[in-house]
Parts: sequence; C-alpha cells; structure tokens
Amino acid sequence: MNPQTLQLICFYAFSLVTVASALSVITLKNTVHAVLALVLTFFSAACLWMLLDAEFLALALVVVYVGAVMVLFLFVVMMLDIDLEKMHEGFVKFLPVGVIVAVVMLVEMLGLIGVRAMHAHDLGVDPAAVTGVSNTAWLGQALYTKFLLPFEVAALVLTVGLVAAVALTLRERRGARYESASRQVRVDPRDRVRIVKMDAVRPSSASADEGTAGESKP
Amino acid sequence: MISLAHYIVLGAVLFCIAVAGLFINRKNVIVLLMSIELMLLAVNMNFVAFSRFLGDVSGQVFVFFILTVAAAEAAVGLAILVLLFRTRSTINIADIDSMKG
Repeated sequence: MNPQTLQLICFYAFSLVTVASALSVITLKNTVHAVLALVLTFFSAACLWMLLDAEFLALALVVVYVGAVMVLFLFVVMMLDIDLEKMHEGFVKFLPVGVIVAVVMLVEMLGLIGVRAMHAHDLGVDPAAVTGVSNTAWLGQALYTKFLLPFEVAALVLTVGLVAAVALTLRERRGARYESASRQVRVDPRDRVRIVKMDAVRPSSASADEGTAGESKP
Repeated sequence: MISLAHYIVLGAVLFCIAVAGLFINRKNVIVLLMSIELMLLAVNMNFVAFSRFLGDVSGQVFVFFILTVAAAEAAVGLAILVLLFRTRSTINIADIDSMKG
C-alpha cells in the first residue's frame, strides 16, 4: 500500500476515536467514565501528533496528561461524593442550546478555514529532518536558546501552581497536637538541664560499699 | 495524503464539542474543567499542525507552554474544587451563588 494512503487511513481512524471519545466526555453520566473517555481522547490525540512527527509533544501529552493530570482528576472525582442524578438533571434542558451553538460555531469555523484552499498545503518533509536532528533536539534547541526566559517562567508557573494547590487544600485541624519544628530547633540545652558543681558528701549512716562506689566516681 | 485542512477541521470539531460540553453540563464543575482541557487540546492540535506544515518550531514550543499552564491550571482548579466541596459539600454550580449581588 502507498504509505501516504496508510497515513491518511491512520489519521481518519485516530480522529474518529478522538471525536467519539470527546463526545462521550461531555455526554456520559458517570463522571469517572467521562474522565476515562478524556484519557482516551488525549491518547488518540497523541497518536495524531505522532503522525505529524511531533514525537516529543506526543509523548509529553501522554506522560503529563494521561499520567499526571487525568490521574489527579480521577483522584478528585473518586474522593468527592457527588450526587450523579442531581448533576445530570439540566442535561436535556440545555442540550438543544449546546448543540445549536456548537453546530453554528463549527459551520462558521469551517467557512472561515476554507477547506479547499488549505488542501494546497500537503505534508512535506519533516522540518526537523531537514536540519538533520530529531524532533526532540529541534525543539530543545529552540527552547534553550530563543525561548529560555519563557522556559524559566514556565518552571516558575509550575512551582506557583504547586504551592498554591498545597496552600489551598492544607487545613489546620483544631485541637490536634503539633510539634513546632522551629521551636524544637531553637531549644537550648542550658534551658533544660543545669549542671551544678558541688562537693561530694559522705552520708554518715551509709554502708561501706556505697561509700566506696560513691568515692570512685569523679 | 494528509493536508493541513484535515488537522484544522479536527481542531475545530474538538473545540465545538468542548463548547457544547460547557453548555450542556452546567451543573458539574468537574466536567466543565474537562471541557476546558478539551478546548486546550483543540488549540494545541492547530499549533502542532501549523508548526509542522509551515516548518516553524515556535508552534511546538508554544504547545509546550500551553501544556505547562494547563497542568498548573488543573492542579489549582481541582484544589479549589476540593476546598469548595469541603466547605459547602456540593459542586453544583447552581448552589455556588454566595457572591451574587
């Protein structure tokens, strides 16, 4: 088979899975199932990016989204006790509005894109392969030279997000006993124990054994 | 043969599905967050496609940053959601109207 035809068949298969699972994300009643459908959407989107030779981003999508963000979603969905019936009750009422808005938007977008004009651009050679490096090296060279400052800011954004998430969900329990780490560190042994020098005293009524034991100590 | 139009149309379809999801799941905050993630995916699809077809690396770098920001956004959003559920024991949008004038 012609490799380009095979590519096209793969594109249609993956995009069918993507669209079908995206539809089930917004229609499924059970939120856990919706999260799992979203995982499938991201995974098939990663396959589509693979077709575009964007290997690094496809793998990053799988690792970051499927591996981290969706698991976070699953944790939250399973932790919260949600009344599914009540959550779903406005579904039929808002369905016509949603469908109409989506269809009108889609028609407008497709008209704007101009499907026929875009067919002029076909998939040429991989721009990374032209420069003779892999996709990851191509991306990394741009990221660490031209986009270094945005890259650092992205790291900062992640740190702020982490701190914010912890700060939001951390709760102080009333009545619980805590150890204050800073107070523990600041403790001075001289506040606790005082060593006093004093002369040895021999009790007059003690036995001879105790007396010798007492004397042998410095 | 795959053309740019294939990917752009797919991005548009995904985006419209996400918008419809925002409309028909008004009650459930979690599904709303997931719809936003779907929108970002649709936008990322366009960025990757344009980057590949125009041979410019900037599009893929931008997708990288969008992924970063979306991950941080999901973390903070879910933290707010947990906090909301803890204090009001509901995530129904209709019940969260204490700021209404």
